[in-house]
Amino acid sequence: MAALMEARGLHRHFGGLRAVDGVDFRLEQGEIHALIGPNGAGKTTFVSLLSGRLPVQSGSITLAGEDITRLPAHARVKKGVAYTFQITSVYPRLSVFDNVALAAQSAGARDLAPAVAAALARVNLTGLDREMAGNLSYGHQRLLEVAMGLALQPRVLILDEPTQGLAAGEIEGFKALVRSLVPQTTVLLIEHNMDVVMDLATRITVLNFGQVLATGTPAEIRANPAVQEAYLGGHDD
Amino acid sequence: MKGETGKIWTLHLAVIAALFAAQFLLPQYHATNLARIMVLAVYAMGYNIAFGYTGLLSLGHALFFAAGMYAMGLPIWQLEWLPVPALILGLVAGGVMAGAVGLLALRTAGVSFMIVTLMFAQAGYLTLLYLNTWTGGDEGFVVERAYRMIGGVDLAADTPRYLAALGLFSAGMLGCLWLVRSPFGRVMVAMRENEERSRMLGFNPFRVKLIALVISGLYAGVAGAAYGLLFGYVGATFATIQYSILPMLYVLMGGAGTVLGPFLGALAMFYLIDIASGFTDAWLFVVGAALVALILFAPKGILGTLRERGLKWLP
Amino acid sequence: MSFGPFLLLALLEGTVMAAVLALTAVGLSLVFGVMRVVNVAHGEFFMLGAVGAWFITYYLPLPPGLAWLVALIIAPLVVGAIAALADVTILKRLKYDPEATIVATIGLLYILQQAALTFYGPDARPVEPPFSLRLQFPWFGYSGYKLFVVAAAGAILLAVWLFMTRTKAGLVMRATQVDMETARAFGINVDRVYAGTFALGAALAAAAAVLIVPIQQAHYLMGHDPLLLSFIVVIIGGLGSIRGTLIAALLIGLSDGVISMFFSPTLAKIIATLLVAMVLVFRPQGLFGARA
Repeated sequence: MAALMEARGLHRHFGGLRAVDGVDFRLEQGEIHALIGPNGAGKTTFVSLLSGRLPVQSGSITLAGEDITRLPAHARVKKGVAYTFQITSVYPRLSVFDNVALAAQSAGARDLAPAVAAALARVNLTGLDREMAGNLSYGHQRLLEVAMGLALQPRVLILDEPTQGLAAGEIEGFKALVRSLVPQTTVLLIEHNMDVVMDLATRITVLNFGQVLATGTPAEIRANPAVQEAYLGGHDD
Repeated sequence: MKGETGKIWTLHLAVIAALFAAQFLLPQYHATNLARIMVLAVYAMGYNIAFGYTGLLSLGHALFFAAGMYAMGLPIWQLEWLPVPALILGLVAGGVMAGAVGLLALRTAGVSFMIVTLMFAQAGYLTLLYLNTWTGGDEGFVVERAYRMIGGVDLAADTPRYLAALGLFSAGMLGCLWLVRSPFGRVMVAMRENEERSRMLGFNPFRVKLIALVISGLYAGVAGAAYGLLFGYVGATFATIQYSILPMLYVLMGGAGTVLGPFLGALAMFYLIDIASGFTDAWLFVVGAALVALILFAPKGILGTLRERGLKWLP
Repeated sequence: MSFGPFLLLALLEGTVMAAVLALTAVGLSLVFGVMRVVNVAHGEFFMLGAVGAWFITYYLPLPPGLAWLVALIIAPLVVGAIAALADVTILKRLKYDPEATIVATIGLLYILQQAALTFYGPDARPVEPPFSLRLQFPWFGYSGYKLFVVAAAGAILLAVWLFMTRTKAGLVMRATQVDMETARAFGINVDRVYAGTFALGAALAAAAAVLIVPIQQAHYLMGHDPLLLSFIVVIIGGLGSIRGTLIAALLIGLSDGVISMFFSPTLAKIIATLLVAMVLVFRPQGLFGARA
């Protein structure tokens, strides 16, 4: 099976700190792939390299066979790699409609109103389009962020800690939402909540000290002794 | 949404109608002032497209204003061009100058952007002085009345001048209204609000800001050209830092990021200085105090404050 | 006069220029370095220093030399106090937001200019030099006072350097420059440091003006050129770097003196402003700053 997105030998050092240190990574079409690892393992740096927010120092990234290593972030978004921020990053002083419309028009939607309405409906925010985004509750802002990602109609949706700060009830709805995205959209998920990861992911990659510790199905990862020692074992997160 | 669109167009067309009526109602002194204010408001609208909507705080717009003015005036003065092509050249010159400055200055942001634009404008002003055999230097030159005729209409006469200013103002205002309500207008605002987020929605920040700055330069250029043509004088004063500060002042006063704010600010500031100079010659103080007071107590300006207090639909 | 002596004269003029410029620019650099404020009104503090010197020497019933000496002490103190007042009433309320403070200091520029125009008038007025000593070179005579200006500027800069490196107040200022939050956490009164820095920066500009006013005359619009040149110096030297500022002041002062002697001063200014723009675009850390 051909990889939708593939990274080979990625490096990113900050001075002496090897945040990402030779990572090989494959994202298969239509999967929900979770990226886990202890704090400081290089997860956010790694997805920043994939999305183009940080330039790669060495290594290569391909999207459906096309080399995108040197493409700037905004060009990668146009090619279908969407990134939702770890800290909610909606436009607080714009209306919910404008927030989603920006994403929809970036994706080339001709008729914005139905495209916005569809994206809002998927995250259950219908009817809030006239609100200022900054007046929404935190949970709703996170959902709005996801709606913006969806309105981009991406091939790959990178979700950076999407359930952080959500209430337990909201997490259930969120899981259903992510499941409904595949297989049209491929999801790469950075997540601390192990229940969510084990429940959602079809495959998991574990990063530690900027390197890949293991890759496999949730069952394989759970059984992997190296992972247990480095990450799962001992303390709970 | 439909109701609001109706309200918005009604308001702006009413402003144009009121300005049309004003020429019959006002004494000539004030009508001439108003013609001046309308042309300066076009300049300020251009400044507002960069600063108010896109978040580009420039200190060098006088360069674009003067580019338009000289690109209009020099061909008339030196080559005996007709006013219409000269005016068009002025428009283009403002845009081209803004594009050239933008290509370099937009590699910087914030304070650096302010200083770079200031330096380019200063270099432009000094160049006008340096090439004084061509440009008339400090003294500038008069655009002779004979060269200010368009199809037999004398732009130096009161009524045609007023109508020409109103025509330009109306076109500028409706163009601005259309722009800020268009998808691109939304992207400009997105850049102002959060550049990094906008980049991750697939918009190229450099490109968006460059386009906004060029549009802003087109407004400044045509305003400069019209100012020279309608009032018959072209001079290096218009390239000084004061003429970069003025549109900023108008926009801050009227409300950054509002369509009518630049006009309202120009009107208020013009008469504030006019009235103040009735009993004191301290107009510099009025400008300075207005700047400080606005930035301290009302950074959103007149219309920005109104929009916050209920008139949410105001574009 | 042949080329050699002509160049010597140009270099002498350039050195005087560089000394005064260094003093003015270090004030601007200090304010930017510690407070991250681009003070557009800096040139007006310079102008106030010169105008203040005229008032003091004109109204004080002392012999010219002594009156000037009083001006050299009093004018910077007064200007510093005005600056501290502006900091507390305006800049502090803006929370030192970089763009808002630029707009506010532009407003301050107009207010101070108007104040000078109203109370001092539109004329340029001379201030008597404290002493008139003429040094005779084989080719031309040269004002001894100008050389004194160089020495005095050097002495003031040395004092500033000692203040910054050897006193507790200087240490507090540098600590605030490195990290304002931490400084506050360690109980440093950041508000007072900022007011003091803004006052010191303005006082340095005023002192430079008192030094130069016997050569140049006082005028309410005289702040424009020092502002522009200080900007150029501070940016080329690297924003906030005092050492870079000094090197750049020497370079710009000397080359301005020399270039203006041989070419049009307007052309020299055009080149300098474009150079500054290019430095900011392509080498924002300045020509002498280390790459961040």
